[in-house]
Parts: sequence; C-alpha cells; structure tokens
Amino acid sequence: MSESDIGLWSVPLAMLGGAIRVSTPFIFVSLGECLTERSGRINLGLEGVLVFGAMAGYGVAYETGSAWIGVGAAAMAGGAFGALHGWLCSLPKVNDIAIGIALMLLGMGLAFFFGKPYIQPVAPDLPAISFGWWSDAPQVVAALKVNVLFLAGFALALAMAWMFRATRIGLAVRVVGDSDDAARALGLKVNQTRFAATVAGGALAGVGGAYLSLYYPGSWNEGISSGQGLMAVALVIFARWNPIACFWAALLFGGAGALGPALQSVGVTQGYYLFYAAPYVLTLGLLIATSSTTRQLTGAPGALSITR
Amino acid sequence: MTAALCVGLAAFSLFLATIGKSPVEFYGLVYKAGFGTSFSWANTLSRTAPLLLAALCVALPARLGLIVIGGEGAIVLGGVAAGAVAMAAPGLPGGVGIALMAAAAALIGGAWIGAIGLLRYKRGVNETIASLLMAYIALALMNHLVEGPLRDPASLNKPSTAPLPEGFRIGDLPGLDVHWGLAVGVLGCVIAWALMERTRWGFAARIIGGNLRAAQVQGLPVGRLLFCWTALGGAFAGLAGMMEVAAVHGSANASLAAGYGYTGILVAFLARQNMLAIIPVAILLAGFEAANGLTQRRMDLPDATVLVLQGFVFIAILASETFYGRFKMFQPDRWSRS
Amino acid sequence: MTVRIPLHRRTFLKAAGASALGVAASALPFSAARASGLTVGFIYVGPKDDYGYNQAHAEGAAAVKAMSGVTVVEEENVPETVDVQKSMESMINFDGAALLFPTSFGYFDPHILAVAPKYKDVRFEHCGGLWSADKHPANTGSYFGYIGMGQYLNGIAAGHMTKSKKIGFVAAKPIPQVLLNINSFLLGARAVDPAITCRVIFTGEWSMAVKEAEATNALADQGVDVVTCHVDGPKVVMETAAGRGAYLCGYHANQAPLAPEKYLTGAEWNWAEVYTGMVKQALAGETIGNFVRGGLAEGFVKMSPLGPAMTDAARKQFAATHAEIMKGGFAVIKGPLKSNAGKVIATAGQSFQESDVALERMDYLVEGVLGATS
Repeated sequence: MSESDIGLWSVPLAMLGGAIRVSTPFIFVSLGECLTERSGRINLGLEGVLVFGAMAGYGVAYETGSAWIGVGAAAMAGGAFGALHGWLCSLPKVNDIAIGIALMLLGMGLAFFFGKPYIQPVAPDLPAISFGWWSDAPQVVAALKVNVLFLAGFALALAMAWMFRATRIGLAVRVVGDSDDAARALGLKVNQTRFAATVAGGALAGVGGAYLSLYYPGSWNEGISSGQGLMAVALVIFARWNPIACFWAALLFGGAGALGPALQSVGVTQGYYLFYAAPYVLTLGLLIATSSTTRQLTGAPGALSITR
Repeated sequence: MTAALCVGLAAFSLFLATIGKSPVEFYGLVYKAGFGTSFSWANTLSRTAPLLLAALCVALPARLGLIVIGGEGAIVLGGVAAGAVAMAAPGLPGGVGIALMAAAAALIGGAWIGAIGLLRYKRGVNETIASLLMAYIALALMNHLVEGPLRDPASLNKPSTAPLPEGFRIGDLPGLDVHWGLAVGVLGCVIAWALMERTRWGFAARIIGGNLRAAQVQGLPVGRLLFCWTALGGAFAGLAGMMEVAAVHGSANASLAAGYGYTGILVAFLARQNMLAIIPVAILLAGFEAANGLTQRRMDLPDATVLVLQGFVFIAILASETFYGRFKMFQPDRWSRS
Repeated sequence: MTVRIPLHRRTFLKAAGASALGVAASALPFSAARASGLTVGFIYVGPKDDYGYNQAHAEGAAAVKAMSGVTVVEEENVPETVDVQKSMESMINFDGAALLFPTSFGYFDPHILAVAPKYKDVRFEHCGGLWSADKHPANTGSYFGYIGMGQYLNGIAAGHMTKSKKIGFVAAKPIPQVLLNINSFLLGARAVDPAITCRVIFTGEWSMAVKEAEATNALADQGVDVVTCHVDGPKVVMETAAGRGAYLCGYHANQAPLAPEKYLTGAEWNWAEVYTGMVKQALAGETIGNFVRGGLAEGFVKMSPLGPAMTDAARKQFAATHAEIMKGGFAVIKGPLKSNAGKVIATAGQSFQESDVALERMDYLVEGVLGATS
C-alpha cells in the first residue's frame, strides 16, 4: 500500500481533517453563545448543556433508532436548559455568570445521573457526506468525509451573520444587547428577547453535544466532553461576537488540536503534552495580540456584564 | 441564605421522590456520613481543606470585578513547584524545606494568576477566558514536567516527582484525622478577609470593583492593585497545591488535577465572595461530597447524585438573590460587611 | 485520575445493587455485621461499564456478588486523592468491609499506605502495585496479571492480518505496564513478519474520548490497518478504527460486540477467577498472598474468541503460540533485542520470563516501534 503512504504530508492533512471533525461542537456552541451574548446575557453553562445534549441525543437515538430524532431531542433538552437560564436571569438582581456555573453543574450532573444505562449500548450514527471521491488516497477520503452537521453549522454561521446585519429580528437582538434603555425606548421587549436568544443558544449547544455522541467520537460516556462547551464560550469573545469569525475560530481550534496526534503518528513523541496544549496556547496568543485597552473589545454588546 | 438552602434541598427531595427514592432516607444518610460521627467529620473536613484556598482564588479577584475561573492551573503548578523544591534540596531541615516549598508554590501560583490581572489591565484581555486557557496550559505543563524532566524513575506506573523527604511532609492536626491544610485554609480565609475589609488596599480594591472609572478618577494605582490582588488569590491556590503534595500525595503527580479549582468557583459564588462565608460553605459542600459514598451504596443512586444536588442548591441560592436584593456581583462593597 | 473535563467530579460511586443487604448490615453493630458474613468493597477509578479496565474489574465483582455469605459494596469514579482514602474508610466504618479491592494503580501509594495501618484487621488487595515485605504493611497486598502475553497473541493476529505492515497502538501514558503491552504487541506481529512496524500515539489521559478518536484517525492516516490500545475505555478507539476499515485487537474486556466483523481477538482480564479465589480464601479464614501474579495459564488473563475475519494461517499460529504459552516458560522479551533508541535490551540467549519483576519496570520501546518514551 505504498501509494497510500503520504509521509509528512499527513500532518497538514490530518489537521484539516481534524479541524472538520473536531470543530463542529465548537461551532454550534459558539454560535449559540454568540446569539445569547449579542442579546446582552452570558450563559457560561453551555458546557453542561452540551454534555446533557450529548446524553439525551444518544439515549433518544438509541431508543428510537434514529440519529436525527436524537439530534432533535438534544436541541429540545438544550432549549429547556436555555429557558431555565433565561427565566432565572430575567428575575431582578440574579447574576447570569453565576447561574451559568450552576447550570453547568446541573447539566453535567443530570447527564451523568440519567446517562448510566447508555454507556454500553451502540446508537445509530449521523450520516456523513464524502467529498473525497476524486482522490485515491484513503487519507484524503477520510479527511474530507464531512458530517451534515458541520455543513449545517457553516450555513448557520452565514445565516446568523445575515440575520444580525439585515433583519428586524437581528436588529432587535443587537439593540437589546447594547442597551436596555434604548431597547425600551424603541418598544422592544428586553426580557422576552433575551429569553428567546438564550433558549435558541441552549438548543444549539444541545445539537453540538449530539454531534459528539452521535458522530465524533460517536459514543456516550462521562468523558465525552473535555471542556468543549467552556472553550466555545471563550471562542465567542475571541471571535468578537461575529458569527462568521466564530466559525473560523472553531475551525482553527479544532485543527490545532489535531497537531498532537498527527505529529506522534509520524514518530514525534517527545513533549507530546505540549503539542496537546497547542490550541490553548494559540488561542491565548491570538487573544493577547488582538486585545487592546484603547479599542475596548469592538463588537462587544454594551449590556454584557463580562465586558463592562 | 438558609431559607434558599432549604428551598434547594426541598427541590432535590422532589427530584428524588419523582424517581422513586426516599428523600428522608437520603438526608438521613447525608447527615450520618457527612456530619453524624467523628469519622464523618474527619471525612468532611479533609475535603474542605483544599476548597478553602481554591475559593479564595476566585473570591479575591471577584471583589475587584474580575471573574477568574482558572484557579486549577495555579493549584497544579503550585504542587509541581513544591515537588521540584523537594527534589532540588532534599537535604534541608524539614521546617526550612516546608517554608521553601510553600514560598515556591505561592510564588508560581501568584505569578500565574497575577499575570491574568496584569493582562487585563495592560491589554484588556478578558480574564475569564485567559484564566481558563491558562489552566489548560498549566495542566499540560504539569503533565509534561512530572512525566518528563521531573519524573522520578522509580515512580513506575504513576509518573511522579521524587517522594518528599520525611521532614518535608505535613501531618495531621493534633488529635484530628485531618491534615494541616484545613488550618492553613481557615487562616487564609481570615487573612484575606482582614486584608480586604480592614485595610486601605482592600478599600481601594472594593472601589475598583464598584466602579473602575471612579477608581481611576481618584488616582488609585489600578494596575498595581489588580496585579497584587489577583496574585494574592493565585498564591493561595498555589499553596493549596503545595498542601496536597506535602500532606496528601507525598509527591507531585497528575492527581493534583482533582478539580478543586473548579469546585472553588462554586464555593466562592455561594459565599457571595465573602472571605469568611467561604468557610461554612466549603464545609457544607464537602459534607455533601463526603456523604456521596454512603448514599450511593445504600440507595443505589448513580455517583453523579451529588452534582445534581449541588446544582439544585446552587440555583436556589442564586435565584434567592432576587428576593433579598443584597447581592450585586459587580458592586461587592455594598454587601461586604454583611 | 484525570482532569478530563473542567468541572471534574470529585465524587463517586454507585451502589452495590444489594442496597437492602447493605442497610441491614449497617443497622447492626460493627462486629455483628462482620459476623453475618464477609463484606467486600470494590473501588473503581472510572465508570464501571466503560467496556474496559473498570468493567473488567466490575465483572469480577459481579462474580463475587453471586457467592453466598458475601456482601459486595462498590464505588465508581473515585479519584486518586484523599477521596479514595475516605471511600475506603467509609466502607470499613459504615459497611463493615473486611476485604477491599481498590483497583486503580494510583490508589496504592500513598492512599492505601495511609489507611491500612489504621485498620489492621482489614485486608487491602491492590491491583498492579509492587508489594514488598520490608516497605509495606502486612495487611496489604498486590495482584496483577501478565496481560502482556495477551498483547503478544494480539500481535500474532495483527501480524497475519495487516496488509500495510503497519500496526498501531493508542496508549494513555508511557508507563511500564503500557510499554510492555506495546512491545509485546509488536513482537507478536514480528513473530509473523519481521518487517512489521508499530506506531504509537500517547493521549496523555486514561480517559479522553476526543483525543482517543483523533489518535486513532492519525494512525489510520499513516496507513495503519490493525489497531489496539491501552486506555481505560477502548470503546471509542475500537469504533473509530472500525470506521476507518482497520482490524481491531481488543484490550481489558471483550469489545467484539462493537464491530464483530473487524474484531480479531483481544487480551482480556479474567478477574472473576482471581476475585472469587481470593474471597474463598478469606471465607475459609486463610490469608491471601501478599504478591499474587498469574497469566494465561493461571487463568488471570484470557483471550477473546477469534473473530470471523481471521485467516486459517492466523488461527493456526495463534493456537500454536497460545498452547506453548500455556505450557509455561514462554518469553516475549528475549535476545537479541534492542530498544528503538539502540540500547541493548537482551543479548542472544538472554530472556525475561513473564514473571520477571524487571518487566514491571520497563522504560523502553523495542526496535520497530515508532515513538519515544517521554
């Protein structure tokens, strides 16, 4: 099989493949969080929502035999968590960051609590579309096997960017996110808008979880998320609340994560922990390079507590 | 607070009843295993020790309006620093060794979290994200060091630094089955409280937390204050890692990453960033965790039960703010003396 | 354990399934509870249905549960911190456990060593450690199985079935137990064809689903077409490798149900044999040995049934080697053998028996394995 031996070229190829495979949960969670934060609330609990979505999606897919029903269930469960967050934070003086941390705990707790029976069974997988038909190299074929949800995530990023720019709903979310007073002056319902944005954000995070358990890595267990939900929230601020930038940030983060295994597969093993830290170092470096005190977080929603 | 706690516990009772378990039996077991016998107290207090210092790493920066969620990074690096000191100078007298380990751990923890405060001030880098990213980086560093340069070849299947010399180890409190970390933690909370509530640096910090612009107008050295207070929080977290190494593990290894830094966030928020309130809150949470073993063995509940319970209690207490109206995260000075 | 997720659960355990029995026992005073039969505690570092390390132990515990006169209590997801110390003490104080099996390697030093001296009439049996009489309390002991031999047999299956002459290993950390498995896997394959090489990827964590999947994909990208692993839960590796069309060799437990067509065989623990034996000894009032080891011949380790993909030649050599191992005296690590860094491991004629303690201190990868040990 020497024709399939592509040597060191496998490293960039693996990073491309890894970016496509690993980034989807980051895309969905960060788009969901982007929507929520644009409305002026921060939901730090999407990690818990993601994990619960992974469990609910897997469990329902297993019980019904349909991966897509699983995705729907994950979205609904995520929406329910979003609703809880949205409702609690609409009460006066309730802190959205703290509620987010509580929700993270509750989501993970409930997912592990009810997820025990689903660790063993094998649920159906989500389908993927192969874009590598033109190539003979199995590596290329594998790298270009793209899950439908990844494409949906890309479409969603475009749609959300368009929504913020050109639609009444998008405008309403932005105004509410920038200033309570301005929104009220325009006759917008501040709490209802935020509630809706948080519910939608939660639903998207749930879908991100379903991708983890139903496609890649494709099974439910208690270590399924290694902090993807938290990192995705971080990526939103990194992406300056721009949905398209969220998409690219997720892709970059996923690709950097593939560096470690890819290097080891060609024999570079020394210091492998440091390679594994590459996505975090890269994100931190870019964050420091692009931040500035004078240009205080351009694009930040004015009413968002985390940016003050 | 107490009323909200009861609401949370009641809501969890409802949850248990819905899935067909007896809440009465559950709370009976929680009491027995968390607080009912002398062993239960030893269990609870042993788990309390690291949470106290970890919570300070969240609570101190929070009083200046910074949400730091990466204390775990300072804990693991503090532990590694302690292990490295013990390897570098195993011949020192025990007391000196312990002091050096503590100093190294506090220094690295302080620098790690202090850098986050500095980045916030100098470059406007969001401290929540920066601390999270740096926690992941710290974990990678810790794993790299204990498996690579600092690994004791004799630590076979659990890569660790060399075992601490006997004199470098910290034992139990007199007459108790709980190590000295508890006393250090309580002392840390009291010192942090005194510094924050009774000194002018604390007063300045609270002004920054209340209104950054006002602080700048008054000519406070905002940058220096941000750095010093976040660094102090980090130093406490680093010390927590050192205590784990000196009192529990006897060497630095991957078990340092036990999640104390993340539970510390919970403790600090439940304590409303009040340094003294951290103590009872940490004991309560530790008690829940201490009881988790028994409730599962007796009631056939999954191990995640304690997470669900904590989630219910946490949400109830946070939601109760709406009724008390005293809690304002970003104006901590309003309630600091309560 | 690990920080696999930021909000890590420092919490644990699941009931024994015999909760009614547990309550009854607890209502009695300590000594009475002991008199009513033997209570045995099992502690796992991860979930006990992980298709891997913990499941293998839990299956052993289930066999003990079926014995009469024995009550089993279990806790899962117990980290290697003060938590495990208190879990052990809780089982002793509240359930009257007199025999404990804390099953993770990291539980021994310092945790079992801290608790055991306080409870001299309780027996602590630890999986994987190196117990020695001059250093460790008499009421502790260690047991382990020579599963490297199983990985050698895996390697023979892999050696026959690989077309690319590249086999792959997804490993958690470069520690002796793991290195021995990697080396055995390659040497088994090289017993079939000396041109075969093995690629290894360390994930750095015992349980981290996404990294394990990425590692498996990276191996497949290199043309690896037979994969095995040493992580706590092999499910993700097995499913991902099967998805890439690779053959699978299992580890810890039988993963054949995950991909029956691709599964060749697997090295499994047979803890039921070990645990029921030790509990019988305890019930009879005998003392369990402090240093218990065994391999395929002793029934500590077993091989999964061969999968349908195995060729006749593969079956034949597998069976022949298996029979030879069962006779005893078979050595995997034998000269002439060099490490992949060029160091001489064994000269011609020199060999290390599976029971050789030197193998439990392994710090090298043999020639033919791509990768370094740190």
